Amino acid sequence: MEARIEDRKTKPRVKMREQAPEVRIRNFSEVPYGYTPDEAVEEASRCLACKRPPCKDGCPVEVDISGFIRLVREGKFLEACYRVKEKNALPAVCGRVCPQETQCEARCLLGKKGEPIAIGNLERFVADYEAERGEIKIPEIPRSTGRRVAIIGSGPAGLTCAADLARSGHQVTIFEAFHMPGGVLIYGIPEFRLPKVIVEREVEYIKRLGVEIVLNAVIGKLYTIDELMNEHGYDACFICIGAGLPMFLGIPGENLNGVYSANEFLTRVNLMKAYLFPEYDTPIKRGKKIAVVGGGNVAMDAARVALRLGAEKVYLIYRRTEAEMPARKAEIHHAHEEGIEFVLLTNPVRFIDDGNGNVCAVECIKMELGEPDESGRRRPIPIEGSEFQIEIDTAIVAIGTRANPLLTKTLPDLKLNRNGYIITEEGTGMTSKRGVFAGGDIVTGSATVILAMGAGRRAARAINEYFKWKYWEFNGAGP
Amino acid sequence: MFEILRKEEFSEHITLLEIKAEEIAKKARPGNFFILRINEQGERIPLTIADFDRERGTITTIFQKVGKTTHHLGTLKEGDSISDIIGPLGNHSHIENFGTVICVGGGVGIAPVYPIARALKQAGNKVVSIIGARTRSLLFWEEKMREVSDSLIITTDDGSYGIKGVVTTPLDEILRKERINLVFAIGPVIMMKFVCKTTERYNVKTIVSLNPIMIDGTGMCGGCRVEVGGETKFACVDGPEFDGHEVNFDLLMKRLQMYIPEESIAMNRARRQ
Repeated sequence: MEARIEDRKTKPRVKMREQAPEVRIRNFSEVPYGYTPDEAVEEASRCLACKRPPCKDGCPVEVDISGFIRLVREGKFLEACYRVKEKNALPAVCGRVCPQETQCEARCLLGKKGEPIAIGNLERFVADYEAERGEIKIPEIPRSTGRRVAIIGSGPAGLTCAADLARSGHQVTIFEAFHMPGGVLIYGIPEFRLPKVIVEREVEYIKRLGVEIVLNAVIGKLYTIDELMNEHGYDACFICIGAGLPMFLGIPGENLNGVYSANEFLTRVNLMKAYLFPEYDTPIKRGKKIAVVGGGNVAMDAARVALRLGAEKVYLIYRRTEAEMPARKAEIHHAHEEGIEFVLLTNPVRFIDDGNGNVCAVECIKMELGEPDESGRRRPIPIEGSEFQIEIDTAIVAIGTRANPLLTKTLPDLKLNRNGYIITEEGTGMTSKRGVFAGGDIVTGSATVILAMGAGRRAARAINEYFKWKYWEFNGAGP
Repeated sequence: MFEILRKEEFSEHITLLEIKAEEIAKKARPGNFFILRINEQGERIPLTIADFDRERGTITTIFQKVGKTTHHLGTLKEGDSISDIIGPLGNHSHIENFGTVICVGGGVGIAPVYPIARALKQAGNKVVSIIGARTRSLLFWEEKMREVSDSLIITTDDGSYGIKGVVTTPLDEILRKERINLVFAIGPVIMMKFVCKTTERYNVKTIVSLNPIMIDGTGMCGGCRVEVGGETKFACVDGPEFDGHEVNFDLLMKRLQMYIPEESIAMNRARRQ
């Protein structure tokens, strides 16, 4: 027995085959191919099947990880998928975009000696297996409770909350501002990282649970939350509208033509399919020399999209070092492989006009790391006199977002913190307004898909409790 | 899907569509705009709401065929449908009894000025309207504008109707003679710029409505950045109306030209098909 465990500890992880970098930078197809059944079983066999598996504690939505991996090992792939779906309505998405290395896989005991088990890869495998077999199981829905819930936003938080509430027998309507459901999964994350058919498939599943999705509905404009609760007969609302307003650097030249926010650049390509222009009507500037500013997943996505649109050179400008980058390891790795040039410890100070209102260069300053700031990361400090210019024709600013006030300003009795994010009670998502819950980026600021899903799950649980007790006491921390 | 109930062609280039959109009509106010996407391949473009009828459950827009999407929109007929309409967007106009207000509408800008003039009139203002176009065939809604104005002045660049010249000529004359409390001006960027230059001399506050390129219209993309009072604003959520004396019109003109090469590719492709 001991020997077998040792064996599992030293056996390397089954790598997922991928498109070669030189090929994939010319297309928008997904980068990894996914496991074959044999590969999945082989990887699953490395699992130590711990009695008290620590991996589950690392999962924001509490998936029974060791349980589903055991089923994979036994070749029961569909059962494995159903096991995941008990807790996670979007497994094909999470298998692809979750930062497993800091969550479930970080807790895996195998990681102490070698590589942790590839939980994300296996999750992706079972979800794709179920979809390919066309055997999507719809769980039994209990008799209607007669309660109605409005969910504002169809991103990961909204979809998760909707699925959970539908499975509790409530009548759920999701209101989405765009013409397609999915939120950041559709407009933000590019096709090669998360194919849109997968998002559509997961949304279809949510609809089959009985959830209604109303598109083109900008809440705060078309209806207010008060109208939904008082006139449209909703018993509760869950606000999960994302963090929506792109931040800019606030430096000269930022409004020149050719300078995009990452939100705009990615929305044009992903949601509006500008990469298929002129077959699709939405245009995008196909720059040859591009600077992306930022070090998160969105920056990596923007850089890799720019490359696929035909850029000759993509610079990724980040003011700290690679170690401080908030992006997933896999994305940083892929960006390197594809030839993105990392310009580290560097910050833009101005964009330069070509004389016709277009950007033609970015002037940067070198940085060095000083003492840690409130985020715990060492603060970058500019080095005087180290300015230099990089010639570019397009720039993409990917330095984060802030709270979008469009909806919250129509709800004066909703408590916000000083940055405009909604204050909620930890663990429930309850807000200062009776019957109104909130979660995802509009509460936490820019975070991850899975954290938003966790918030959706907790809000669904809290909404059920609220319906049971009709009790409202707000314990949200102040700003 | 949103059905087109009525179509009027004012000229070869200017078209009116009255579209069934009950929920939006209920909420629309003067100054609002909406975004539409004609079909699956379509782009999202903002258009101003020229009128709304809560009883009929419709919104009306008037547009000029300038690019591929507006040309395509112009080919749609009564009974046809538009895939997506999102609105009402933007802040509505601030209406109160200011006293005497001049409403200037240039070209298709006459359309969004109409509901503002009507609301100003209802609020008790003395409304003086100036509408202008390059030539007579590009003018529309003269009667409607007359109904909501105490006086109406018409200009055409070529003198084919009304006063020959641009809107700033009669504007300057009125400002010289009369105490004006506020000016609303909507039209081509160059017109708004010169209206503001004129009113600045008389220190009369001037509200303009900006129409930059947008995608979502909810503040999420930042494509509609405009510079107002030296600060960057998003026209979709901070506007579309701004104090015209603070607006950087030259930047707006540059930004509106960003996709001219792509626009001609799309137009050529559409013509071939």
